[in-house]
Amino acid sequence: MSTQALTRPRIDSTNGVWLALGVTLVVGGILVATDGGSLFSQNSTVSLLQRAAGLGIVAVGQTFCILAGSLDLSVAYVISLTSLIAAETMAGSDGRVLPAVLAVLAVSAAIGLVNGLLITKLRINAFIATLGVGLLIKGYLEQGYAGPAGAVPVSFQHLGYDRVGPVPVAFLLFIGVAAVAWVVINRSRYGHHLIATGGDLDVARLSGVRTDLVLIRTHVICSICAGIAGLYLASRLGAGAPRVGAEGGYDLESIAAVVLGGAVLAGGKGGVAGTVGGVLLLAVIDGIFNQLAVDPFFKQVVRGVVIVAAVAIYALRLRGRRAAR
Amino acid sequence: MDSTEPPEALLAMRGVGKSFYGVPVLSDVDVDLKPGEVHAVVGENGAGKSTLMKIASGVYQPDAGTLHVDGQPVALHNPRAAQAAGIGIIHQEFNLLPERTVAENVFLGREPMRRGLVDRRTMRARTKELLASVGAESVQPTDRVRQLGIAQQQVVEIVKALSLDARILIMDEPTAALADHEVELLYALVRRLQARGIGILYVSHRLAEVFDLSDRITVLKDGRRVTTLDTRDATPEALVRHMVGRELATYYPPKAGAGGTALVTLTGAGNARVRPLDLELRAGEVLGVGGLQGSGRSALARALFGVEPFTTGRMVLDGKPVRPRSPRQAVRNGIAYVTEDRKADGLALSQSVLDNALLASRAVRPRWFGGGARTTGVRALLDAVEVHAAGPDQEVRYLSGGNQQKVVLARWLAMAPRVLLFDEPTRGIDVGAKAAIHELIRDLAGKGAAVLMISSELPELLGMSDRIVVMRDGTLAGELPGSASEEAVLSLATGTPHEVTA
Amino acid sequence: MTTETIAPTAQARRGRWGAGSIWPVVVILVLLLVAIGIRQPEFYDPPALLAFLKRSAPLIILAAGQYFVIVAGDFDLSVGSLVTAEVVIAARLIDGDPAATGPVIALVLGFGLLVGLVNGLVSTLLLVPSFITTLGMYLILVGAVYTWTGGSPRGALSEEFRMFGRRGIEGVPWLGEIPYAVLILLVLAALAVLAMRSDFGKVLLAVGDNPRAARLAGGRVAGVRTVAFVISGCCAAVAAVLLGGFGGVSFQVGAGLEFTAITAVVLGGVVLGGGRGSVVGAMLGALTLQTLLTLLNLLGVAGALASAVQGLIILAAVAIGGLRART
Repeated sequence: MSTQALTRPRIDSTNGVWLALGVTLVVGGILVATDGGSLFSQNSTVSLLQRAAGLGIVAVGQTFCILAGSLDLSVAYVISLTSLIAAETMAGSDGRVLPAVLAVLAVSAAIGLVNGLLITKLRINAFIATLGVGLLIKGYLEQGYAGPAGAVPVSFQHLGYDRVGPVPVAFLLFIGVAAVAWVVINRSRYGHHLIATGGDLDVARLSGVRTDLVLIRTHVICSICAGIAGLYLASRLGAGAPRVGAEGGYDLESIAAVVLGGAVLAGGKGGVAGTVGGVLLLAVIDGIFNQLAVDPFFKQVVRGVVIVAAVAIYALRLRGRRAAR
Repeated sequence: MDSTEPPEALLAMRGVGKSFYGVPVLSDVDVDLKPGEVHAVVGENGAGKSTLMKIASGVYQPDAGTLHVDGQPVALHNPRAAQAAGIGIIHQEFNLLPERTVAENVFLGREPMRRGLVDRRTMRARTKELLASVGAESVQPTDRVRQLGIAQQQVVEIVKALSLDARILIMDEPTAALADHEVELLYALVRRLQARGIGILYVSHRLAEVFDLSDRITVLKDGRRVTTLDTRDATPEALVRHMVGRELATYYPPKAGAGGTALVTLTGAGNARVRPLDLELRAGEVLGVGGLQGSGRSALARALFGVEPFTTGRMVLDGKPVRPRSPRQAVRNGIAYVTEDRKADGLALSQSVLDNALLASRAVRPRWFGGGARTTGVRALLDAVEVHAAGPDQEVRYLSGGNQQKVVLARWLAMAPRVLLFDEPTRGIDVGAKAAIHELIRDLAGKGAAVLMISSELPELLGMSDRIVVMRDGTLAGELPGSASEEAVLSLATGTPHEVTA
Repeated sequence: MTTETIAPTAQARRGRWGAGSIWPVVVILVLLLVAIGIRQPEFYDPPALLAFLKRSAPLIILAAGQYFVIVAGDFDLSVGSLVTAEVVIAARLIDGDPAATGPVIALVLGFGLLVGLVNGLVSTLLLVPSFITTLGMYLILVGAVYTWTGGSPRGALSEEFRMFGRRGIEGVPWLGEIPYAVLILLVLAALAVLAMRSDFGKVLLAVGDNPRAARLAGGRVAGVRTVAFVISGCCAAVAAVLLGGFGGVSFQVGAGLEFTAITAVVLGGVVLGGGRGSVVGAMLGALTLQTLLTLLNLLGVAGALASAVQGLIILAAVAIGGLRART
């Protein structure tokens, strides 16, 4: 029963998303071309990659959580909060960029720490814990801010607007974050422990893995990723925005992107490569619809269908493979 | 503090006690283990074996008593501390990650590092060496665990313990999931480890194994140590007497005479896992199904019960052709299935005893009114099968394995099935409850039901069955009368030529 | 074997206070009610109390619906967007025309049922985790409603439609007005309790606890789970009718209600993952949340900060429940 699984070419969920991405690019490219536009023009490529960057960085962080069998619903509010911290600390002055970045990283790490401690030490279900922390931050934001605040100096806006050829700097940042995450997950000891913790908490614990520590670290990493996304959005908007995270739907969309990349919500299965594919797929679909000038709200509908359909395909394939054994 | 430890003891546990919520589970237990010794720990369920093993492996902390390793007192605050002290444990349920490779599993928690990252090459090389050292070259370090068979997975577990330089190995029911020929491999492995000076604490329900492997035997009962014997001085009867405090006169109830009429007839029935076969289940008869794990025994039962239905051939039940496509249809046709894995497949553990016993009735014959009589009936059944619980509202998770199995039985008895399929009905059940379940099975057959009973335990198979079929590679390898010998069953199961002297 | 017998006292303690128990939420609710009573004794005048129940009815109904889904081991993240969709659809179809009220209410209920059915079938037959199914449904409903209305809600609800959320049986002695919302709530609550006591409810609990065992005992796992989603969808439809009556027509009517409902259910001692907890607990959890918000209002905590305090109290309540359940 094991030989079959070895010899059969494995299109499993994590590389399946890249296949889907390829097909979507080809089909979408043709569709857009017949409509008289071009999916691969400089403009559309840039905006496509630009869009992918923000969600992508959050989704990479979310990948850690989901691999550990946890999830983080507070990221949207962390993004809003850190965009404000960045813009207010910088206050338009070039010299204060570094302290602002450090402050953002520190605050987001602290929030991740709180999430992790609530889940591991107080044993609160991750769903409720991160939702509660999200509500706390939301309350603070709504109490303190009515609209955009702070100002980002021009020097920092390079992050949001510059590009290398057709590739925005922010997209390079996303790829950089993803690359680091890949190494951490696949090659570091923490990464091995992370997958073990998500795969089977008891097995990990009995093998001497300090699972609480792993989960806390995971949530810190996820929050820091959200903080980085907050920095990027601040540079893009030129100011901090108290609702940018929630309105962007970063919490649920980041989870959707990770799952689209083939990760299993229960943990222990998935990877950064899949998440990058998932993010790009969502961005490409967006790009195609923009080019075709489809009602912007209709994109949302398609997104929903694509996510559910993708997961259904993974699940049915997995069952097919089990039955064949 | 006891300072008169025998110097040669690898591990010495002295006066160990443990209570949960003020209820003592272990009190004043002494066990020691010498290098190269296999020390068996036996006792009924609830005797405290598992608790003792968990204390020795750092999962629980004792309330009283001391642990010495190599004569030095140790405090094992967690499994990691136990590992550091050279104590490894092979759990009953494997502690492996199916999606990860053998090497990643073996070195989980202690991955070798190089320049800040995991050194995967060293990890693989060392895993290969370890596998070779126990003679398991067929397993590759890069294999995913889910691709391995159960016996191979156990080898990985053992290798994992050895990679820690464990000198003390705790094996908790290591053969529970193994087929008979795999047990032989395990024996060989245990002897190999023994020769390397590793001391083994061996927990088992199977007395035959205990006598085959161990040097000394400690018997626990009700959380206390009854006695420790040299194996060569012990007899199975004496051991059972120590364990249950009484003699078990007859192990198996008397068999039926000739079988009755055919209740279920399979003609060329098969599916992806069962090759087309012909089989008859007769009213009043216990049909034993032997064979190795993965030979298609469970697949046959699952097909009969509609879990993975037959795709070819005919199935006739009581003269009418049927083909259950789901367990629900099978239940409606009067078939019941007592699964092998009670916790995963049998019980809703957070629900009450009563709710579990009523589950099939409620699911298949839902009623909006008049459920009271049904509930009364099931309560009576729970009493009749002698379930010992704090009450019918107790969560079923707190029951012992034997009592849980009785709850499952009561559930099916409430449906008055005509065909009963038992898959390893007494696995993991202590001696006393085992006999009760055997009585129940025989009683059902006596009342005219057709019983199919799968068992890996040859004495049970031979003791209970009126007729035996043996499966191999998804099909019937042969049929034997109930009076067949163990050798005859084994030779059919393994396909080795043997003179069938039945 | 790992099943050592644990003493009955310990189980009793766990049973009464641990995961799945309603007592922690009862204690919190009583404390909150006492606090309100001290701050504002008029709260206990029957009319005021009924008005409070009327305001709480939609969330309690949503929580009851969500309970069925959660206890079967699933999530329904689509209820908030479903409430919004229902209100927006009703407003556009009625467009102020009283004669359209009856058919539109039927349509609203039917649409809730349909959405629940789709959620259930996709989750059970296509094996998509319900978190993803209902997340997808959430995206689809939000997108579809915006697309259909072109970005801003149109039309208006008729007075007859709003009656259910606003009015009641008037002129009742001592009580004053008995709001229809409260009557609807009482009927649905009674039905929910009956459903959980029925064979369906017991099988649902078993499915949430161990779906494999439930299937092997002859249970229709996919069917039971799907029914749970349908109940949740229908409850969302009823909640939408009530909420449409209270407030105006906007895209914000249902925003975030899915999380509030799940929070209420968990606050009521129901365990995410299924198999433990009671529907009474879930509804009390919703009532507790509403009471908390009322108290915060009375204490003059501004609306914005209220969400922070809410978050804090939920974390505390769940943490205490979790620590008690720890053995």
